[in-house]
Amino acid sequence: MKRPINEMKVVFPSLSENERFARVAVSGFLSFIDPALDELADIKTAVSEAVTNAIVHGYHDCIGKIELRVRVYEQGRVYIRISDKGCGIADIKKAMEPMFTTRPQEDRAGLGFAVMQSFMDKVRVTSKVDKGTTVVLEKCVASRRDNG
Amino acid sequence: MICIQNENMKGMIEMSVELIARGKVVCARLIGDIDHHTAKQMRNDIDIAVNENDPDELILDFSEVTFMDSSGIGLVMGRYKVMQERGGRLIVAKTPPYISKVMKVSGIGRLAKFAADYELPEKEAEEVVRVETANQ
Repeated sequence: MKRPINEMKVVFPSLSENERFARVAVSGFLSFIDPALDELADIKTAVSEAVTNAIVHGYHDCIGKIELRVRVYEQGRVYIRISDKGCGIADIKKAMEPMFTTRPQEDRAGLGFAVMQSFMDKVRVTSKVDKGTTVVLEKCVASRRDNG
Repeated sequence: MICIQNENMKGMIEMSVELIARGKVVCARLIGDIDHHTAKQMRNDIDIAVNENDPDELILDFSEVTFMDSSGIGLVMGRYKVMQERGGRLIVAKTPPYISKVMKVSGIGRLAKFAADYELPEKEAEEVVRVETANQ
């Protein structure tokens, strides 16, 4: 795989205030390729879903670290990895089913993964119980800059 | 008429909800970003207004919403349930194109009514001005 043309990494605690920080950080970082606004909105939404999952499910009973990594490759290919060292997911297939949620009482719609999948080109989830979860999101964006 | 404004997070205006109760209608104007963090406060405020005013119709106005993830879908589904249990109805109004795109993932369009615009009932006369005269 080719080297990214730009990359960044931030680590932050799993506080719900940081859901906003995460999507604003990604949006700020990606501004150098000047992506179309609707595509940027798609990416921000997917990031928000993945980070919220880490906060609500991964670290449901504690505050832990969330790592957010963004890489940009040639032709506007954006790679985002969000990982936590939380409780992990026992059944990823089940967790990714639309409308499945372990927390209906909190008005969680159970659509986090469905949103990620419909807004991104690729979604990959790896998880190990008691070790943590990593979500990789990929999308090719049409840069408004010629050489982006 | 009641009006609640809730600014979340110390010093950072992230979201607020303006509630207007008029006649048998409660209208909630959602302002700012809706995510898991902000949705909690929004739904508390809306549910308080619904409990106090017992409306036939709850309008959620999305025209000032700047961001929304699936937490917003949860908020709409939850309010739909609340209104259904009370025998009332929910209207989702003025959704910007981006918000509609997020809503579409959920199929909530089959449950709640979507409206491009809405009108609130007229203010009742006595609600506007109330003059109390102490001395005759």
